Amino acid sequence: MKVLGIESSCDETGIALYDSEQGLLAHELYSQIALHAEYGGVVPELASRDHIRKTLPLIESVLKQAKCARHEIDAVAYTAGPGLMGALLVGASIGRSIAWALGVPALGVNHMEGHLLSPLLEENPPVFPFLSLLVSGGHTLLIDVQSVGQYAILGESIDDAVGEAFDKTAKLLGLAYPGGPAIAALAEQGEAGRFIFPKPMTNRPGLDFSFSGLKTFAMNAWMDSDKTQQDKADIALAFETAAVETLALKCKRALKQSGRNRLVVAGGVSANKSLRIRLDTLHGVETFYPRQEFCSDNGAMIAFAGCMRLAEMGEVQSDTSFSAQPRWSLASLSPP
Amino acid sequence: MNILALETCTECCSAALFYQGELFEQREMTARGASDLILGMMDGLFEQAGADLSAIDAIAFGRGPGSFTGVRVGVGVAQGIAYARNLPVIPISSLAALAQDAADTLNFDKLAVAIDARMGEVYAAHYQREQGILKPMTAEQVCVANAVILPNDSGWHGVGTGWSTYQTELTQYYGDKIATINTAYYPQASAVIKLALIEAEAGHLLPAEKALPVYLRDNVAQTIAQRQKNDKT
Repeated sequence: MKVLGIESSCDETGIALYDSEQGLLAHELYSQIALHAEYGGVVPELASRDHIRKTLPLIESVLKQAKCARHEIDAVAYTAGPGLMGALLVGASIGRSIAWALGVPALGVNHMEGHLLSPLLEENPPVFPFLSLLVSGGHTLLIDVQSVGQYAILGESIDDAVGEAFDKTAKLLGLAYPGGPAIAALAEQGEAGRFIFPKPMTNRPGLDFSFSGLKTFAMNAWMDSDKTQQDKADIALAFETAAVETLALKCKRALKQSGRNRLVVAGGVSANKSLRIRLDTLHGVETFYPRQEFCSDNGAMIAFAGCMRLAEMGEVQSDTSFSAQPRWSLASLSPP
Repeated sequence: MNILALETCTECCSAALFYQGELFEQREMTARGASDLILGMMDGLFEQAGADLSAIDAIAFGRGPGSFTGVRVGVGVAQGIAYARNLPVIPISSLAALAQDAADTLNFDKLAVAIDARMGEVYAAHYQREQGILKPMTAEQVCVANAVILPNDSGWHGVGTGWSTYQTELTQYYGDKIATINTAYYPQASAVIKLALIEAEAGHLLPAEKALPVYLRDNVAQTIAQRQKNDKT
């Protein structure tokens, strides 16, 4: 079964074709980062306007690469939420209509489920059940994953997501957007031990996170410093270390609590090298990550998640109506 | 030529099918948006006509202006269907579609179209029917009521929701150029088909990826530089 995947939940148009037998056949990504940079953040209306220009040309390019004719598409999966309403509706309109015109099933996929399952696209994928750490600009989640669609949220951030803390800290240090890679690069020049950041909410039981304090701590450290390039690098390193240590500690706790020995990490922040190195040191735990390019938003994870669900669903009678859900919790999902 | 058409740019969602010289149409007022209705309407039309998508030669669609999301849902659906079946598309102005529908229904030849564009503005244009063919007389605009480009002559019929929301401003501004006001008119897919048949005759057929919205309102956000400039002044 060949599944066309369409991702348009925020500022990236991602298209992919996934085959249940042959795996990922082709994928393409168009990032709008440069467009929104001029505005100092993502402008939802401009994001929608760009998606509707880019989606079809990307689909055409993916099908060409995969040497797949349009009528050979067996199903269409599109991101139906969470995300920006207008942006989601572009992918939903195009995706649902392609499926309607071809007389094949269509499925609205949860964007976070796409991320969660994305490490399964790699060689030696994890088997169910496992513990998942989902870390991005919008989410920090610890999830006990029984199977596709069976998700129990064990912990989440009570304020800023970890990726958001990276972005905000980068901004106050005068680094470029997106902040994660900028901080990680600068931290490599940092000297450990000059600044010691707190590890929020680790001195008490529980699996929830809080990252807004780290950003404030970074700001105070920066204001009190001599503001040299070395100070900046040292603060970046101390911030990154505190964030990574906090995530690692909570993962360790969650693994113990859930009795899992497989840890699957996904989302934008899972690209962070220090985080990967640290989590790999957890004793008796097998770790799994998506490849670097699939840590951030992409169409491959949507095609894959759609394929996994559709494969379980047998004969699918898709409703001709389509919609998007700007808010759509993973916990509300059910198995196919 | 057999054409499938849709118009989703306003609160009236409609689909129409021109098949073997016969016109079929479904329309519905919707507050929730066209995404719930439009594909189901098309299924209904094919059932009514006893045809299917394989009989279709082109997809015509209302390309705006209108609600941004409504415009994009229509364009997205037109893109999806046309791409999947390798069919050409025919974009039609939603202002022209409204004028065509009002001209046919009310039997008027001179239409002053105004669609409520929110934010105190209207989407406006003027159309005149000559020998059965609708012609644009002024450029499409998005503007406040008293900035609409007025035709020189009188005898115009105001149509569209803009004439309801801004009735006082528009009637005052048009003065004796306006003959009647008819607010409850919307762009319709059947009118899109009438206009599309003329476009098709003229060879104005585009590939699916050229199915794009016309918003008219293009200044939707300020860049950092613009904001800084405004702060200074």
